[in-house]
Amino acid sequence: MAKQRKIALKVPFVTRLEGEGALELSAKGDTIDKLHLKIFEPPRLFEKFLEGKSYQDVPDLNARICGICPMAYQLTSIQAIEDLFNIQLPDHLIQLRRLMNLGEWIQSHSLHIHFLAVPDFLGFESALSMAKQHPQVLQRGMQIQETGNALMTLLGGRSVHPVGLQVGGFGRLPEPANWDAARQQVDQALPAAVALLRWTASLPLLDYSHDFIWVSLKHSEIYPINGGDITTSNGLTLNYWQYPDHFKEHQVRHSTAFYSLLDGKDYLVGPLARLNNNVAILPGPIKKLVNDIGLVFPNQNMFTSIQARAVEILLALTEAQQLLAEPCPTGDAHLPVTPQAGECCYCTEAPRGMIYHHYQLDDEGRVINCTIIPPTSQNQARIEQDLKYSVKKFGLHNSDDALKFFCERVIRNYDPCISCSTHFLDFNIVRG
Amino acid sequence: MNQQANPTKLTVALHKLTSCSGCQLAFLNQGATLLELVELVEFKHFIEAGLNHPDEKVDLAFVEGSVSTPEDLKRAQQIRQNSKLVVSIGACATSGGVQALRNMADGNAWMQAVYTRPDFIATLGTSTGVAEHIKVDFELWGCPITVRQVNHFIRQLLFGAKPRPEAEKLCMACKRHQLVCVMVTQQAPCLGPVVRTGCGALCPAFGRACYGCFGPSEQPNCHSLANRFAGLGLVPREIAQRFASIHSHSNPFREESHHWQAIEVKEIE
Repeated sequence: MAKQRKIALKVPFVTRLEGEGALELSAKGDTIDKLHLKIFEPPRLFEKFLEGKSYQDVPDLNARICGICPMAYQLTSIQAIEDLFNIQLPDHLIQLRRLMNLGEWIQSHSLHIHFLAVPDFLGFESALSMAKQHPQVLQRGMQIQETGNALMTLLGGRSVHPVGLQVGGFGRLPEPANWDAARQQVDQALPAAVALLRWTASLPLLDYSHDFIWVSLKHSEIYPINGGDITTSNGLTLNYWQYPDHFKEHQVRHSTAFYSLLDGKDYLVGPLARLNNNVAILPGPIKKLVNDIGLVFPNQNMFTSIQARAVEILLALTEAQQLLAEPCPTGDAHLPVTPQAGECCYCTEAPRGMIYHHYQLDDEGRVINCTIIPPTSQNQARIEQDLKYSVKKFGLHNSDDALKFFCERVIRNYDPCISCSTHFLDFNIVRG
Repeated sequence: MNQQANPTKLTVALHKLTSCSGCQLAFLNQGATLLELVELVEFKHFIEAGLNHPDEKVDLAFVEGSVSTPEDLKRAQQIRQNSKLVVSIGACATSGGVQALRNMADGNAWMQAVYTRPDFIATLGTSTGVAEHIKVDFELWGCPITVRQVNHFIRQLLFGAKPRPEAEKLCMACKRHQLVCVMVTQQAPCLGPVVRTGCGALCPAFGRACYGCFGPSEQPNCHSLANRFAGLGLVPREIAQRFASIHSHSNPFREESHHWQAIEVKEIE
């Protein structure tokens, strides 16, 4: 007699915006009838309220899409608009933006690893309850996180919704005293990042590897944050203008979030996708360390995402150290800006993966219309497919609690959003 | 919970409605002081930190996010029932947030423009602050709120002092930081004279006009400031937009924005 189970999971979620989700799973015996990741997304309608806004206001409004990676949204729109206005930034401003980007990656990845992922590995409900038994793990994580926040604050005034960035450059350049303080903080955090990477390599990982497409920016000389081509593991190399030809969003009844597909297929964006595409250009010492501790990229085991994040933290701190070793920059903080009418688009790599922005502006630089596609909405179809494969392989015969915890861990690999990545699945089981 | 249940500890919940989650980082970005805070108070519900017990009764509930869906409304009411004190944190919870910009427009038309099937989505026509729906005991304004605000607030409670809202104008902080006025020197349309302090006068420090993250100050004379903006050369539509940003649904800013929106400018043929 086949049992039918209906499992409803409640998942606080970031999608195009933030909302809540649930996983609906019904199975007969060991066959999955239906697996739907449902997203209940409180629409915040960014793409509509940006209409009519000046290009000067767009970055600050965009930041509010996400409190964890506000800069990624700011800078994607800024660079799209700078392209349209034919603004070529001088090298020192490009480097400063990269330094700030590195800070965002460092804090976001560290937050994910220590507050959200690590309790799984150490068997705790939450990071807060780990504080007594594992103070050193948490303190190391917080040191790294604070260093990332310090870099964002150095250049943006604060790490959540920073105010330093604008079309044409920065509001002001950093003060030499703060520059030196940031350098010292980065120097101190580097050994912690090496220790963290070694520690993630020592963790016993689950392995539910299976075949999937991954997508990220790829650059021949530098690990991509801003710049590079959209590169897919099934052989496409695209510029930003070609994004809409291959990537399509659609709505499905069981979710209010958009599903994004690449030529009709689900795909992965994020740290593992980036590292898979760009492992060859890691700096020599990091590449050697990765090999020495036995990590292999590219791979298709989503559970190695925690290691991919640790590699990116080390890479980001290493690069930040090099940038901060230069004297505090002087010169113009920003270039003059002359608005122009037209269309523009840009992709960058947010901590959670590739973001796509498209704008149409009038001759005063006001938004006529826009499209913003964040990483999590791109990962949704992939998360669903991953769950379908992994849950079956894990075994539907497992207890409800074991299934719930397993699904949480699978979803957590994608870091769909900070709040999603915690212990969130409410099981309501209806047995037919 | 692995935390020792301590009957004397203040119990705290942190709830999220419609928001970007940025205000919760005022807790999670504290580093070592978060570990001190955990010694002083007991977190019962804080999803981003891994605690998911939304229905526990607590002494103090922080609410991040605006009420923009039927679910938000239901949860706000539950929070009120389960908590001795309710504190709204951030622009979303205090005035509806940036997503309250739809309150000025035809929200339904916007939904149809963004979603091919808006009927799949349960949403309210407006995005509003928590205090429009339940009694709120304290408000911490800011987009985002700061670590200092949170810790100062909690410490006041722990000392048995009634927390006092900080509502003086940004200009006061700006002058204490000895910053040069961007309105006087650059003719920048700075909202400082009508905006609540708390950010550290960041935007003027970066040589740019304040855009009002911390919401209206006490006794904001928006109309006088708006007239000054007109004197600087802003057209009515631009003045309306200055006030319709992060706190567009707060009363003083909403009224000022409506006033300038209603003014039509016609080109002379």
